[in-house]
Amino acid sequence: MKTAFRDLAAGGASADASEGARVPVSFEGRALLLRAGANLAAELLVAGVMPFRHTPVSGAPRGPFCMMGACYDCLVRIGGVTQQACMIEVAGGMEIAMPPAGPADGGTDD
Amino acid sequence: MTEADLIVLGAGPAGMAAACQAAGAGLSVLVLDEQPRAGGQIYRDVARAAALRGRILGSDYTGGQALVAALDHPLIAHLPGAVAWRVDPDGTVAFSRAGVAGMARGRRLLVATGALERPMPVPGWTLPGVMTAGAAQILLKASGVVAGDAVLAGSGPLLYLVAAQMVRAGTPPRALVETQGTTDLLAAARHLPGALAGWRMLAKGGALLRELAGAGVPRFRGASAIAVEGADHATAITFDCGGTRHRIPCSTVLLHHGVVPNTQVTRSLALAHDWDAAQRAFRPVRDGWGRTSLSTVFVAGDGAGIGGAGVAALSGRLAALAIAHDLGRICAGDRDLAARPLRVRRALDLAARPFLDRAFPPFRGALAPDDATIICRCEEVTAGDIRRHAALGTLGPNQAKAFSRAGMGPCQGRFCAASVAEILAALQGTSPGRIGTHRVRAPLKPVTLAEIAALADDLPGPGPGAS
Repeated sequence: MKTAFRDLAAGGASADASEGARVPVSFEGRALLLRAGANLAAELLVAGVMPFRHTPVSGAPRGPFCMMGACYDCLVRIGGVTQQACMIEVAGGMEIAMPPAGPADGGTDD
Repeated sequence: MTEADLIVLGAGPAGMAAACQAAGAGLSVLVLDEQPRAGGQIYRDVARAAALRGRILGSDYTGGQALVAALDHPLIAHLPGAVAWRVDPDGTVAFSRAGVAGMARGRRLLVATGALERPMPVPGWTLPGVMTAGAAQILLKASGVVAGDAVLAGSGPLLYLVAAQMVRAGTPPRALVETQGTTDLLAAARHLPGALAGWRMLAKGGALLRELAGAGVPRFRGASAIAVEGADHATAITFDCGGTRHRIPCSTVLLHHGVVPNTQVTRSLALAHDWDAAQRAFRPVRDGWGRTSLSTVFVAGDGAGIGGAGVAALSGRLAALAIAHDLGRICAGDRDLAARPLRVRRALDLAARPFLDRAFPPFRGALAPDDATIICRCEEVTAGDIRRHAALGTLGPNQAKAFSRAGMGPCQGRFCAASVAEILAALQGTSPGRIGTHRVRAPLKPVTLAEIAALADDLPGPGPGAS
């Protein structure tokens, strides 16, 4: 997937020894290799994952916005719990899914 | 229940400096911080990233290493990854770490929760690919990730700094779309601070602008009617400038028009707040030590009014001195003697603020968004929704929240409360200070029932098995 986000350590220009080895995780069933211990939202952006979710109100696509745990736009579901991807560190074996979304056709449920 | 003389909320410059100063006076300190590593947003992950990316991020960033190192003190317990979700007036804090809740009580409390980006609602700002400029900087600091194919839009010195850091990282932004105009700069000129402080600030700003010019980054000044285009993702930014409509294709748009105090904790404690007209934001009322309207609760750093990292650290130390005196560890004379040089430096650091506040005002178009623009990202409430409720008689933000759901989503108003107050104030021809802002209640951040239930043993009153 095409991404506008570039990992400076990639390509060996500034080999980042303190950043972890790559571990397998999945996003919506898609297999990914992300750096263990790295910020999950940042790793997903570099891997080209977008959107992270669709809103519960209209089903609009969303991705990370504030990266500091304030906006809740980067919500993902891991182990059945909806969490902020920007506040989580990557661990091997994570099965990441989009949280439940609302009507994608712009309709309402009332 | 963990007990401490002082609980500090937030491990940014204010919290770290306060913890050190307090521990130095013999106080036991518990520092609760949401992030996995100390530093706050300004020094985010600095202990690890300074060696890796110090050249890109600059000395104002790497300078934070000393504060982080000083947290390693036998009287300081630093709990990273701790999200505080309830703070009580008696100094009790409920928090969660990796899904496990805990409670702590401090004889004194220092709220050092920093700033939030001022919400910048423009058409398309909820699209994937649109982030705050602060978010792009956090990606660079903590993760070594740089946003490519980006346009920065808004106003404020942070835009220049982030743009320069992107240039140094080898990925210059496509353009800088600045909403402030030359009239703002002229009006600000009379606020230029004297002598050294003024020169330092202008020299820093000038160096950043030369870096951007050297990299060929186009700058548009006095831009208005900013909008982001795209169906499922940002594809371009459009704006008016110099009498023409411009369109720049890009997949990342980084918005910023200043930061405002993060008052979620102080508002949840129902402390007195006032409206800072120059910074266009609410801030907790505090004295020269940072003591709030509740005498056992202090506030320091950007959460007490925007002053930047230097001011934050000095204010943290001043609060710690007052707290050490409150708890009988130092006499008033020693407190005042130690405070004097801190106050002098703080006044010098603050000298540049009136100039910056006037030169880089918030983007007018985002304070008064078009009816169709979403202002509450969580509940997808538009500016027009708020105006319609206002036309039916809604006077304040709490009523607007009940009717429209603006502020009721998971971010709990962090990215819409300011907009709601601005819109209601404009309709009533008054200042947001007279409109007020949302009440904040616990839980301050979403918490699971399982986490609350697991706290039962820590809570006073009938515990499990008592029924």
